[in-house]
Amino acid sequence: MSNAMEIVKKARMVTRPTTLEFIEMLFDDFIELHGDRCFYDDKAVVGGIASFHGKSVTVIGVQKGHSIEENVMRSFGSPNPEGYRKQLRLMKQAEKFGRPIILFVNTSGAYCGVGAEERGQGEAIARNLMEMAGLKVPIISIFIGEGGSGGALALALADQVWMLDNGMYAVLSPEGFSSILWRSPHRVEEAAELMKLTAVDLLKNGVIEKIIPEHRDGLENHLQFTTEYIDRFLLEELKKLCAMPVEELLENRYQRFRKYGSFTEEDELEKK
Amino acid sequence: MNLFKRKNYIKINPPEVAPAAETEAPSIPDGMWVKCDDCKKIIYTKEIGPYHLCPFCRKHFRLSAEERIGLICDEDSFEEWDATMTAKNPMNYPEYHKIIAKAQERSGLKDGVVTGKCRIDGYETVLAIMDSHFMMGSMGSVVGEKITRAVERATKLRLPIIIFTASGGARMQEGIISLMQMAKTSAALNRHHQEGLLYISVMTDPTTGGVMASFASLGDIILAEPGATLGFAGRRVIEGTINEKLPDEFQTSEFQLEHGFVDAIVSRVEMKETLSKLLRLHSVEGGTFS
Repeated sequence: MSNAMEIVKKARMVTRPTTLEFIEMLFDDFIELHGDRCFYDDKAVVGGIASFHGKSVTVIGVQKGHSIEENVMRSFGSPNPEGYRKQLRLMKQAEKFGRPIILFVNTSGAYCGVGAEERGQGEAIARNLMEMAGLKVPIISIFIGEGGSGGALALALADQVWMLDNGMYAVLSPEGFSSILWRSPHRVEEAAELMKLTAVDLLKNGVIEKIIPEHRDGLENHLQFTTEYIDRFLLEELKKLCAMPVEELLENRYQRFRKYGSFTEEDELEKK
Repeated sequence: MNLFKRKNYIKINPPEVAPAAETEAPSIPDGMWVKCDDCKKIIYTKEIGPYHLCPFCRKHFRLSAEERIGLICDEDSFEEWDATMTAKNPMNYPEYHKIIAKAQERSGLKDGVVTGKCRIDGYETVLAIMDSHFMMGSMGSVVGEKITRAVERATKLRLPIIIFTASGGARMQEGIISLMQMAKTSAALNRHHQEGLLYISVMTDPTTGGVMASFASLGDIILAEPGATLGFAGRRVIEGTINEKLPDEFQTSEFQLEHGFVDAIVSRVEMKETLSKLLRLHSVEGGTFS
């Protein structure tokens, strides 16, 4: 099996620690806040306020389950529009009270269904992207497992984006890539390799800033090994980001995303 | 009579270059006759007229960017920006340059969007028009960069921006870089928005995926052409998930109006007049009456 596909499988493992387990290890006094104030409480997204080294922070993440029942309740970690709207509500609240925002990403993508379309899945993601570009508090996103498409990006327009060793981030799943571009269900491993979706590739391409180590005997067996790194990195980075003037913070965030693109402006025909 | 053979003109992009969208929508062939794939009537092409509408059912056929500029801008007022920009290959996708070259040859375009500045009934505005004839308007680096530059220039020039969207979504061949274009364009629109400037989004057939989940949905005012396919997830993907067939009206302009995601459905015949009216209403200061 290709290295990339092995990582995809690890990122998806049902035993992989979820957002709430990371929150439990990293923060004190977490209080979960529910609902988007419009329609309902999407349990695929959890969020609330917590204390980190004595300072208040807002933490939000996509929540998967460890069992079928739990995953049904969490829509397998695929948020509906209300999940993104809850996230936005909590981020706006964080901005009002000057709290940094820490996001945990672990989703194969936004929920795909009739209700999600009726209630504006596209609009919900778009709104988050536009609003996050202007939020006047630091935002750090950590990919703890899967990161699929716009549904993951909606939690990742951040000042810093980090990823665990066995996290992944791509425009769609390798299965989708193989079936859409090659009309074949058999080239999934090749797709995974080509898509450059691993933490190492993403770091190389400047899509993420940091890779967070996982214990070689499995993240699920040694979660503290990883959260100790996260704790140290968060403390270091929040110190810097919180001390930064807001204009500089927003300008840096803008430039962080402004740079992505691969194009040329030389007119080949004219040159010949 | 080979009326019935003409049907095969109707597909515009073969599947290998149109990854993310429906491909069965019609375009206008060079032949004398075409069949409307909505009402199935045979149309004499001259009856389609400059607006490219079915004379029987008013189906809005897809337009090229150039045709749309002709319908929207005051004569000779369009000044194109970044016209030479073409895609590189960030993911080393096999033969990507060949796919691009083929799409360029077929469409006469460099990529899926044309941007610039124009006047509409005298009102100056920045304009971006996506063209589904280039790889189904999929958003890669070029579409993202040209839209972002257009928005940034609109902000700098303190002008409104109007974007006609037509896209199957992110361009898979550019991988994660295509996804990042959603963030880039949305961030640029945030700055335009912060300056109190007007953004009108006009959704045309088809507007789906990553474009729907970024700039298409962010207009101060969102218009849609009648009968367009507008949505986030692909119809077939949802049908596969729920294991049943969805009704025809699912993810149409009318569906989006019904659910509150577009402000108005505007026929192509009235589009220029409507845009002009909106620009005029935003050119006078609000506030106190004297």
